[in-house]
Amino acid sequence: MLVQPGVGLIVWMTVAFLVVWFLLGKFAWKPILKSLKERESSIEDALNSAKKAKEEVAALKNDNEKLLQEARNERDAMLKEARETKERIVAEAKAAATEEGNAIVAKARESIQNEKNAAITELKNHVATLSIEIAEKILKAELDNEEKQKQLVSTLLEDIKLN
Amino acid sequence: MPVKSSLTQLFNTSLILVILGVFSFNIQVLASNPHGESDGQEDKVEAVHPSDSAITGDEYTEEHVGHDDAHDAHDEQHGGGFNAGDMIMHHVLDAHEIHFMTFNEGTPEESHLSIPLPVILYTPDRGVEFFSSSKFHNDEHKYDRYFLHHEQIYIANENGELEYVDGGHDPINAKPLDFSITKTVAGMLIAVFLMFWMFLSVAKAYKKREGQAPKGLQSFMEPLIIFIRDEVAKPSIGHHYERFMPFLLSIFFFIWISNMLGLIPFIGGFNITGNISVTIVLAVFTFVVTTVNANKNYWAHIFATPGVPVWLLPLMIPIEIMGIFIKPIVLCLRLFANITAGHIIILSFMSLIFIFSSLYGNIAGYGVSVLSLAFGIFMNLMELLVAFLQAYVFTLLSALYFGAAVEEAHH
Repeated sequence: MLVQPGVGLIVWMTVAFLVVWFLLGKFAWKPILKSLKERESSIEDALNSAKKAKEEVAALKNDNEKLLQEARNERDAMLKEARETKERIVAEAKAAATEEGNAIVAKARESIQNEKNAAITELKNHVATLSIEIAEKILKAELDNEEKQKQLVSTLLEDIKLN
Repeated sequence: MPVKSSLTQLFNTSLILVILGVFSFNIQVLASNPHGESDGQEDKVEAVHPSDSAITGDEYTEEHVGHDDAHDAHDEQHGGGFNAGDMIMHHVLDAHEIHFMTFNEGTPEESHLSIPLPVILYTPDRGVEFFSSSKFHNDEHKYDRYFLHHEQIYIANENGELEYVDGGHDPINAKPLDFSITKTVAGMLIAVFLMFWMFLSVAKAYKKREGQAPKGLQSFMEPLIIFIRDEVAKPSIGHHYERFMPFLLSIFFFIWISNMLGLIPFIGGFNITGNISVTIVLAVFTFVVTTVNANKNYWAHIFATPGVPVWLLPLMIPIEIMGIFIKPIVLCLRLFANITAGHIIILSFMSLIFIFSSLYGNIAGYGVSVLSLAFGIFMNLMELLVAFLQAYVFTLLSALYFGAAVEEAHH
């Protein structure tokens, strides 16, 4: 009894299961599985795009960092250059000033030398004139009588003899 | 995968063995029933079914009814009149009505609370006949020319009676083709209706709430559907799985819902998947789907199993061919035995109360009822698990067979 299949039940069961299989297959399982798949793929897409966005943000941040670093480097370089330029300008100015000063000093020294030479020459001429005048006066005074002239000639002669 | 399936097989086999053990124990209890019921019954059978079946229908009926009365009297004589075997079989087997309760049992005022179901018969001479099973509610269980005997419909012979062979328990009369909406058919239709109702609304929810999180029934069913897809179909079948999804989902939810329907008390005790006809149909579907989808590689495995020496093939081919058929047969028997055994165990625990009360008095019955109820509730919870497990196992094994059928050669 327990294991005796009944024809009627088999027929009903077959019909019922076929109906379930085909109708639910068409109107339930297919749309459900399709929606599940779509949702899964949309979730996956969303996750992927989120990951991508995250990567993009990271890349952007990286770029920004790089840009900032570059800017900083540039600023540093500019500052350095400015400093160098300043130093160079200062150094150049200093050199130029020194040179000019030296030139001025040299010129001054030269003109002083010239003045000095002129002064010395003038002094010499003056001294010579004075000496000649003095010698003239001395000679006039010394040789105003005959004896003295004779004495001088003899002295001079004596000197010549010595030579 | 083979490890997993053989484990499942082992589990099932042991479960069935345990269940059958309990069942046979129960039968022993019944057999050692001091009423000597079975002996008495056999005597009676011989007495009422004489070898020369020359008695007229009326006489027979009288005798038959007399037998029933005598039987009842016999039972009552020994107190209680409770026959656990009959009660359990009555619940487990198919019936032409949904029976809820019997009032004044064993008294002349005995009446039943039941829903009669439509009887649909086909006979070559009269074609299709359609009437309510309540027409059989008379002393003879006879309507027109049909007898309802132990839930089987027989055509009366020319004398308008049932015929028995010597010592036979069942009549030898001709039977019409019985397409009645029996209790099991009704239960199955309820299961089918529930499936349509649930899954069409779930499908609608998917359309209405496209791309949104599931809600309500949809969120209850979604994990199950995904479970069948990701844990059963994908690993067992591989990338061809989509083709088999409608079948696997249909079979899983049909078995599960039917199993659960059988566990609901007070609705008439449906035993849908515990009926061999139902499981035969399910197994035949699996067999047909497997065979129809089988590729060259599948048949090559059967008729020229790779890696097997040629001299072994005469042995292997018959074994493999037997295997094709044994697989669905085992599928059918496993589900049937598991579910029927579950029903029998729960009913047996409940019967123990009445057996004890008829053996040792009502006090003993009350005492045993505590234990029986505890075990009965435990078994019922167990059956909830088994209901799911058997649906899962049937679906998984079907998927494995499909997987073998569509597997591509890769060695």
